[in-house]
Amino acid sequence: MQTKRVVFSNRGLPYALLAPQLAITFVFFLWPAGQAIWQSFLREDAFGLKTSFVGVENYLRLLREPDYLNSLSVTGVFAVSTTVLSMGLALLLAAAADRMIRSRDAYTTLLVWPYAVAPAVAGVLWWFMFNPTIGIMSYLLEQLGYDWNHRLSGTDAMIMVVIVAAWKQISYNFLFFLAGLQSIPHSLSEAAAIDGAGPVKRFFTVVLPLLSPTTFFLMVVNIVYAMFDTFGIIHATTEGGPSQATNILVYKVFEDGFIGLNLGSSAAQSVILMVIVIGLTVIQFRFVERRVAY
Amino acid sequence: MVENRPWLTFFSHAILILGVLAVAFPVYLAFIASTHPQNAFISGLVPLLPGDRMIENYGTMLDAGISTSGAPPLGVMMWNSLVMALSIAIGKIIISILSAFAIVYFRFPFRLLAFWAIFITLMLPVEVRILPTFKVVADLGLLNSYAGLSIPLIASATATFLFRQFFITVPDELTEAARVDGAGPMKFFRDILLPLSRTNIAALFVILFIYGWNQYLWPLLITTDESYYTIVMGIKRMVQVADSQPNWNFVMATVTLAMLPPVLVVILMQRLFVKGLVETEK
Repeated sequence: MQTKRVVFSNRGLPYALLAPQLAITFVFFLWPAGQAIWQSFLREDAFGLKTSFVGVENYLRLLREPDYLNSLSVTGVFAVSTTVLSMGLALLLAAAADRMIRSRDAYTTLLVWPYAVAPAVAGVLWWFMFNPTIGIMSYLLEQLGYDWNHRLSGTDAMIMVVIVAAWKQISYNFLFFLAGLQSIPHSLSEAAAIDGAGPVKRFFTVVLPLLSPTTFFLMVVNIVYAMFDTFGIIHATTEGGPSQATNILVYKVFEDGFIGLNLGSSAAQSVILMVIVIGLTVIQFRFVERRVAY
Repeated sequence: MVENRPWLTFFSHAILILGVLAVAFPVYLAFIASTHPQNAFISGLVPLLPGDRMIENYGTMLDAGISTSGAPPLGVMMWNSLVMALSIAIGKIIISILSAFAIVYFRFPFRLLAFWAIFITLMLPVEVRILPTFKVVADLGLLNSYAGLSIPLIASATATFLFRQFFITVPDELTEAARVDGAGPMKFFRDILLPLSRTNIAALFVILFIYGWNQYLWPLLITTDESYYTIVMGIKRMVQVADSQPNWNFVMATVTLAMLPPVLVVILMQRLFVKGLVETEK
């Protein structure tokens, strides 16, 4: 690890400086995480009177439980659709904004503010628009002959939460894509233009490959976002329903642990989620160290 | 600009304008809904133009709330959100700038261990350790308190990293000069490092304020007392009316007020916001 050539020498001071952060980290992060791991090997009986050690039984049960397997695939569909939709739209907008000279900053201001909207609030906004009785989107869809009802149709509910999650993330992706586009030297596009490549061809053969580090970075960030930061969206709108159609993993941990009080199972789910986060973080950091993807 | 293509420019503007409209439309609609009387939502289509009840609706919500839905006045909830957002932002900045200073400017046993202990918090978002963390907070008697709302969220690896990256770029000559002049570590920290980190602190503050204000799951878990509800989680209580359709005009007034502070922060401090966003992700 990198250090300073010049350092201060003091025995107690560095520990005192680190103490607050380490104390909070230990009490509210490491200790609960350890508890979750320990808890995941235990089973409590229905009345909470007796706890017994069951080894990996909780994990095996989870993998046999249809609801959990369903939740895994729901999370996969949700994360991939959100990432693709949000990054696709953001790239389109960033590519358009990159062409602008005077109006670029104005468009940026108008596009970045949804970052500040809380996921739960974003959920309520769209929930209102898709409301089957009075919502404007469901009204428009009805005019087109589609009977929208996210309270009954799992597909409708999934489409709705994907739209909400993507809407909220567009501003973030837009900022990073725009920064990525602006760091590509103009000389490359100019050289391609002299060789007779049109704007579309230039975009796909010159700009897009050079943008791949940004794209890859955003892909990881978006998947993390869709998996872990969207609890508010689900909780404020569909609550995992109808019939488990939008029950993503973080929501299921909450539901099983906090409402269902199935402690062992919830802890095992937490541990699986931790493993996923650790995996994604490692991918992100390995990539950040190299910076270039090809 | 490589070449002049008026059509492509026109097309780009069209895409951007469509994008801006699509992004803003839900918020516009929420604001419009908050200016109408309640009977505008009984049937048919939501209104698309402003109504005349704006002042009454916001007035009612700010100092009375909807008692039937179990929601305290918005004024109280916004105050709670503000306290929570500010304590998270300020607390995080203080503890992480101190620990980054210790990690960069000192050599001591277990330095690497401390670094990794902080690093690992990056991998443990609240969402994956809900129950055990709740239990810790309950055991400490912090349920329904501002301390319980903020302290568990103020440990942050990203802020520590940001300051660490920045401190590494500060020239060693400054440290040497300070030492030659007889400054101890804390004097160097206060008189040289802090002033140099001003922009970083401000950028981080913007990001952390938004993060704190928008917390949802955590306040939902640990507040059962209405007087500690934050506005973002309070919305859920209003939407959740068992018997009928929610009072959309009041809900949307709440939604508008819940969005306002963080959105204003982003728009007014856009430069700092972008800087903070780009740097915390490195």
